[in-house]
Amino acid sequence: MAITTTSPLGHPVPGTVRNPAGPALPESPPEVRIRPAQVTADDVLAIGGSALCALCLTWVLFERLLPLSGTVGFWLCCYVLFLAVYSTVVLSREGRGVALADRVMSVICHAAGLTVVTILSLIIGYTAFRGYTALHLNFFTQTMSVTAPSDPLNSGGALHAIVGTLLQVGVAVLISVPLGITTALFLNEVRGPLARPVRTIVDTMSAIPSVVAGLFVFATVVLSLGTNRCGFAASLAITVMMMPIITRTAEVVFRIVPGGLREASLALGGSQWKTVWHVVLPTARSGLLTAVILGVARGVGETAPVLLTAGFTNDLNADPAHGAMLSLPLYVLNYVKFPQPESVARAYGAALTLLVIVLVLFVIARVVGGRNPGALSRRQKRRSAEVS
Amino acid sequence: MTPGAYLATGLETGQVASGGDAGSPAEVRRDTRPRPGTADRLFRGVSRTAAITVMTTMGFIGVFLLYKALPALRKVGLSFFTETQWLPSSNTFGVGAVLLGTILIASVALVVAVPLSICTALFVSEYAPRRLRRPMVSLLDLMAAIPSIVYGLWGFFFLQPRAITVSRWLADHLGWFPFFRTHRGVTGLGQYASSTFIAGLVVALMVTPIITSIMREVFSQTPAGEREGALALGGTRWGMIRAVVLPFGRGGMVGAVMLGLGRALGETIAVYLIIAPLFASPGRMIHILEQGGMSISSLIALRYNESGSFGLAALFGAGLVLFALTLLVNALASTIISRSRSGEATEI
Repeated sequence: MAITTTSPLGHPVPGTVRNPAGPALPESPPEVRIRPAQVTADDVLAIGGSALCALCLTWVLFERLLPLSGTVGFWLCCYVLFLAVYSTVVLSREGRGVALADRVMSVICHAAGLTVVTILSLIIGYTAFRGYTALHLNFFTQTMSVTAPSDPLNSGGALHAIVGTLLQVGVAVLISVPLGITTALFLNEVRGPLARPVRTIVDTMSAIPSVVAGLFVFATVVLSLGTNRCGFAASLAITVMMMPIITRTAEVVFRIVPGGLREASLALGGSQWKTVWHVVLPTARSGLLTAVILGVARGVGETAPVLLTAGFTNDLNADPAHGAMLSLPLYVLNYVKFPQPESVARAYGAALTLLVIVLVLFVIARVVGGRNPGALSRRQKRRSAEVS
Repeated sequence: MTPGAYLATGLETGQVASGGDAGSPAEVRRDTRPRPGTADRLFRGVSRTAAITVMTTMGFIGVFLLYKALPALRKVGLSFFTETQWLPSSNTFGVGAVLLGTILIASVALVVAVPLSICTALFVSEYAPRRLRRPMVSLLDLMAAIPSIVYGLWGFFFLQPRAITVSRWLADHLGWFPFFRTHRGVTGLGQYASSTFIAGLVVALMVTPIITSIMREVFSQTPAGEREGALALGGTRWGMIRAVVLPFGRGGMVGAVMLGLGRALGETIAVYLIIAPLFASPGRMIHILEQGGMSISSLIALRYNESGSFGLAALFGAGLVLFALTLLVNALASTIISRSRSGEATEI
């Protein structure tokens, strides 16, 4: 915090303003540095006490007095009561509306942040908890070709779905990464009158509903070209979803490549192509990798486009061009519909696998993308030291 | 203008200046227009082709959907927008019910997600300790990257049994509000399951990280001078936020909400997993707490497998409506974001 002479509640702060006309007056107290962000024992006790009070009140209401039930309702009620109690406490201590608004809004914003983090950990934790039981070794080595949905969990698995996901996303990456990065290069390096409409269309398309992308590929590839539902059609649908993301992120990455580097290359006599190939692309490498990984993380989890285009099978199919090909999201969607607990457990196992893939991709993206453009990794630094 | 063109202009002026010297040999005007080499021309051609490919593919989507939907649209005409049933085999189908259902789900989602997002964004940009900010941003990005099917599973198996009593409480005590009214036959708790409200809650959780990260971005661009000015005048932190941060970020906030709306309208799998399909009159659809609801995207996911090209044509019509709706919302959002003051610093 840059400002240290104002209390958060707007009290005039004695002792922090030096008297400019000579020595301090004898009755003024010694200078005390005030930290607006400081949390005092008072605040902690007020918040903790109110929270405890609200918790107990809610418990009494839910368990003893009123015919209420339900976890979500419990915490909502608790939150509202907490705000009421805390407002009363603040008002009785400070006695000012300004202080009340400040304290209450601060608490509300903290609670919102806490809520989001809690929900995220609940989603990940619950999926991990339910999916863990299905993850025997055979889940990764067998398909469902000879296993019925109600069979015990130590037979059958999701190998065909995992292979299908990897193949579909792999083909989608092969198409969308060169196309997306070249388009971003066009938008940022080549430019011209065409750049504006291209950028507008890419922008508006980055939020196209996934089911519409699936419908489009279904209409063009499956219906018009007369091929059956196959892995390649699913890849195309995923491509339609991934390409705008990769293009937009890559364009942002190219934009933050320092212009001085480009000018230096041009001033040394490099052509535009040499500049792009030897200066712009290497400088933006880590950012581009992040763009691709985030695009892949999005593509892996897309369900609706795959549902319309890939078809369903219980067998391993490693040929994207022919025959139905299952992927992890479809596997989840299919087995969650069965009433047997074993098949629901399988669905959760596949969902957990999917979640782990996304998490790993995400962590890699963070590690790779944490550097600034042009910053060298440890290995690159060593190599450049050896060369020079 | 390309960097190469800058270079060429510089050379030209240099040439003219030295050509004016006395005693120089006969003036020869050199052709200094940039002459890109083969590699350059190839590079530009390839990148332009890629850009045109992307643009035409994307632009093709709307045209193709319209072309495929025409037979169905021609058959029923304007009643496509008012008819609530979806029976293509007997020529009575329309998006009356599903469009309303889509909008209702998105509205529930926004009512929950917008306050939560504003407060979370304020927490990350204003209240959180500095060392917590980067992890929070990462967590929000991660939350946006979780596949929608995982949200759907979680919403159906974890959230629904725990949130269903809230539905009942709302219906019992706030039933005078038209949206919270329930059919008179509703007695058991199970009749509140698979409702528009529950689906909207899950969609709210999906759009929250998207809205939050845009708002956080906008809030963090508030000029430091204006912040410090508000604090120096004796404002509290909330006073500073209300007087400086929120007005500065207003355009970005509206744009973020619109982007979230676009996502909420198009969400498919989570809604498909949770909701019980219902095609009914608007008077019944707006009972959001009661079992049953529908959205365009889950209609497509539900019926794409039905045989007959006419049924598919009808679905393409529904997809076209969804496409047009999201396109409109997104175009509006990007206009608002680009017009807002956000990102401009104030001169002091």
